[in-house]
Amino acid sequence: MFTTLKQGFRNWAFRRAVESGTLVLNQRRIYIIPSRQGFGFAFVLALMLLGDINYNLSLGYVLTFLLATTAGMTMLHAFRNMAQLEIRAGHVDPVFAGEQARFVFHFNNPGTLPRYQLHLHDDDGRHTVFDLDAQRSTPIELAIPSTQRGWLDSGRLTLYTHYPLGLFHAWTYIHFDVRCLVYPRPAAPQPLPAASVRDGTGKYLAAGDEDFSGLRNYVAGDAMPRIAWKALAREQGLQVKQFSAQQGQELWLDWSLLPNIAQEMKLQLLTRWVLDADAQGLLYGLRLPDSEIAPQHNAGHRAECLRRLALYGLVET
Amino acid sequence: MKLSAQLVYGLIACILMVSAPHAEHLPLWVSAVCAALLAWRGYLNYSGNPLPARWLLLAVTVACVLAIAVNFHTLFGREVGVTLLIMLATLKLLELRAVRDVTIVVYLSCFIIITNFFYSQSIPTALYMLLTLLVIMATWVHMQTGALALKPRLRIAGILLLQAIPLSLIIFVLFPRVQGPLWGLPQDAYASSGLTDRMAPGSMSKLSLSDAVAFRVTFSGKVPTREQMYWRGPVLWDFDGTTWTRGHNATLQRPTLADAGMPVDYTVTLEPHNRRWLFALDMPARISIPADFAPDFQLLNRTPVNARIRYNATSELSYRANPGEPPQQLRRALALPPGYDPQARKLAADWRARSDSDIALIRTALNYFNQNGFEYTLEPPLLGFNSVDDFLFNSKKGFCEHYAGSFVFLMRAAGLPARVVTGYQGGEYNELGGYYILRQSDAHAWAEVWLQDRGWVRIDPTAAISPARIQNGLNAALPNDAALPFLARTQSPLLLKLRFNLDALTNQWNQWVLGYDTERQFAFLTRLGMEDITWQKLAIDMLAGVALLVGIFTLIMLRRLTAHQIDAVQAAWLKVCRKLGKAGLPRAPHEGAMDYAARIAAMRPDIAEGIRDIAARYASLRYGGETEQEVLAAFRTAVRAFKL
Repeated sequence: MFTTLKQGFRNWAFRRAVESGTLVLNQRRIYIIPSRQGFGFAFVLALMLLGDINYNLSLGYVLTFLLATTAGMTMLHAFRNMAQLEIRAGHVDPVFAGEQARFVFHFNNPGTLPRYQLHLHDDDGRHTVFDLDAQRSTPIELAIPSTQRGWLDSGRLTLYTHYPLGLFHAWTYIHFDVRCLVYPRPAAPQPLPAASVRDGTGKYLAAGDEDFSGLRNYVAGDAMPRIAWKALAREQGLQVKQFSAQQGQELWLDWSLLPNIAQEMKLQLLTRWVLDADAQGLLYGLRLPDSEIAPQHNAGHRAECLRRLALYGLVET
Repeated sequence: MKLSAQLVYGLIACILMVSAPHAEHLPLWVSAVCAALLAWRGYLNYSGNPLPARWLLLAVTVACVLAIAVNFHTLFGREVGVTLLIMLATLKLLELRAVRDVTIVVYLSCFIIITNFFYSQSIPTALYMLLTLLVIMATWVHMQTGALALKPRLRIAGILLLQAIPLSLIIFVLFPRVQGPLWGLPQDAYASSGLTDRMAPGSMSKLSLSDAVAFRVTFSGKVPTREQMYWRGPVLWDFDGTTWTRGHNATLQRPTLADAGMPVDYTVTLEPHNRRWLFALDMPARISIPADFAPDFQLLNRTPVNARIRYNATSELSYRANPGEPPQQLRRALALPPGYDPQARKLAADWRARSDSDIALIRTALNYFNQNGFEYTLEPPLLGFNSVDDFLFNSKKGFCEHYAGSFVFLMRAAGLPARVVTGYQGGEYNELGGYYILRQSDAHAWAEVWLQDRGWVRIDPTAAISPARIQNGLNAALPNDAALPFLARTQSPLLLKLRFNLDALTNQWNQWVLGYDTERQFAFLTRLGMEDITWQKLAIDMLAGVALLVGIFTLIMLRRLTAHQIDAVQAAWLKVCRKLGKAGLPRAPHEGAMDYAARIAAMRPDIAEGIRDIAARYASLRYGGETEQEVLAAFRTAVRAFKL
């Protein structure tokens, strides 16, 4: 209840458009309030002042005022620790659902002062800490776990510092228009479907199994029947048989041929097949209810297929 | 933020530094236990062994608190509070588990600094405080910056402190001072030192070993001679055979000075001694603060003097004091404990029988002291049950309390009213500050006898045996090997000058820093031109001053946030162009350096050579690929030397 209220208040008080390009932290973006330690220290100072007055300790006054002004000045230091920083969002590699999406932000410190102990975190407590040397640019990575396919927004992030004494909490919100493409989580390893009879060649994938062309090292997702058990028995490690006949073979990964299972399951299965087909060097095409990609085999093709799968049925915003 | 070994060492240093000044008044075992705990913590840190278990720590803590309670017989009060605080802060070091614990240790060490000011607020203490603060700040910064090296950490801490000093100065000057304690203070709030209202053999000589300052005096006008400088303190009436005490006055009459003359005005700055009496020159007539005049001319403050106070007073050097003393007071001044010192009584009776007047009696007594081999010494032998007899006829070695005490005894035995007066005698002149310093080592005791028509007359029997004591001070009166405080010894002129400088500095410190109270604040601000001082005005001025300074700091601090790529070559060249522009020869926007130089050379043959040279250097540096620092330096020198 309190958390939602707090969240609501924050959204209202610190509402800001999503940024693009380079962001420069200035006084309008940096907020400062005393931290819990700051309030604690204020209490200690109040006790000291009472003691000074009561016992008429002149040197006590000096000490109390020294500590109080030091504490006050740390507010300025905390502000300076963040002010004029330049931040720009970097490229984010796509991930599979369940993996950590690594958002990269490039921090540039144009001044001649080093910045200490900058904390970057999101509202769910994912967190990274770093220092920034003077006149240095550093990419900072914040890992946010992805749960479902589609676009993953970094959300509003908080950049804060407690430097130098922890008495003040100086922070700013950054929300860039960067998002991470999350592919569907690949299903458990499955044999690839037989090459479709509807592709006009009339051939079956099984025909290609005849010309054994050699062994290669096992990669995750290889079908069980292809594992070279004899090689394993000879203690040559886990290896997979390769068949040259498959070169040039066209494989259609077709949504409509899948059994009647949940839509997400279908996407996961197709994802697994795309990965396996790509790993085995097959020419493969993807047929979804709303689109079709002609068979090919290259990295761009793989990325495009996965992208279609990730965004299938989602409304682009 | 993690508790690195370095951070723990810093925290150990913090606790060590804040508790070290307390070592001299903490019980020895507490210091030993704290040192052992710190060493243990240091070893654990060094070896990387885990911290002790909670139950063990709890047991040690309970044991320590119990031991302190047994040692002090209480758990309340200032002394025991400070001891507990130091002990618990040390124990807390053995329980560092989270950042929160580190914060607590840092706050505790800040707080412990202030407890040290109960005992000392001198300049060295202040300097030590700054050093301690630097260590604490560096540790504190360490907590926030993690792996930063020691040097940058110290730099950050130093900058923080340096910025805070001018700011806190403003607040110190303008912060409205609240007078007096906010609530009742415990009795042990102030240490007492100096004269007491009792005098036993040995009490004065003990005091003579201290070179602590009792008070300082500035005369505004005529300065009395050294022999006249008797600073009157407690007057002692009652004798029980060994000890003289103040007792209670038989009357509450205000004392009267008849035929007063030779007034002297002066200002006394009295160090706190936690007793009510004030010191004034014999005999005080007026004082500027509310104080009571006891019937025996003793000045009593309304409350114990537990802070440094300043007062103006006027004294009369020639007077007849209480010539009409009431008979009950005179009876008090004749009382002697029965059964003590038969020999002295007999001697006094002898004298009385042989003397035709009181004056003659006094002279006989002083002659007796002068001619019977009496010695003035700081280390008198112990005296027996009949202390006066023992002193007069056996040991014959004594300090001022022996002479004053036995003299008064003899006078009373001879039927002449007499009493002991304690206080200070003499004073050391500080030329630099223009004031006299009275130290505990100047403590003195003398006698007063009451004569018909003349009232109370001061007689100093010490002067009879050792006139040098009165004329030149203690060090002149004692043999050179006597144990005297370092500062009371005769020294080389250089050392003496250094000492006076130091004392003048201390005096300024006392007056301006430690004695900065409401009164002084108002006086100072009025002198600065501030009128009608009110709390609101002070607060506004304080905020304005702080805001101004913070503004300046902000400007300076934020300057380095964005780097300006300064091209030294370009800057120097532009300087030349500015110089020429001011002389009415501006460079046209399209003009290159060489063209510009050629045009100037044609127009002003007197500077032709200079401008050609500079333009050539500029071109070579800018376009010729010259990058050596010496070439650049030569170019800049040429620019500086270029005059129109």
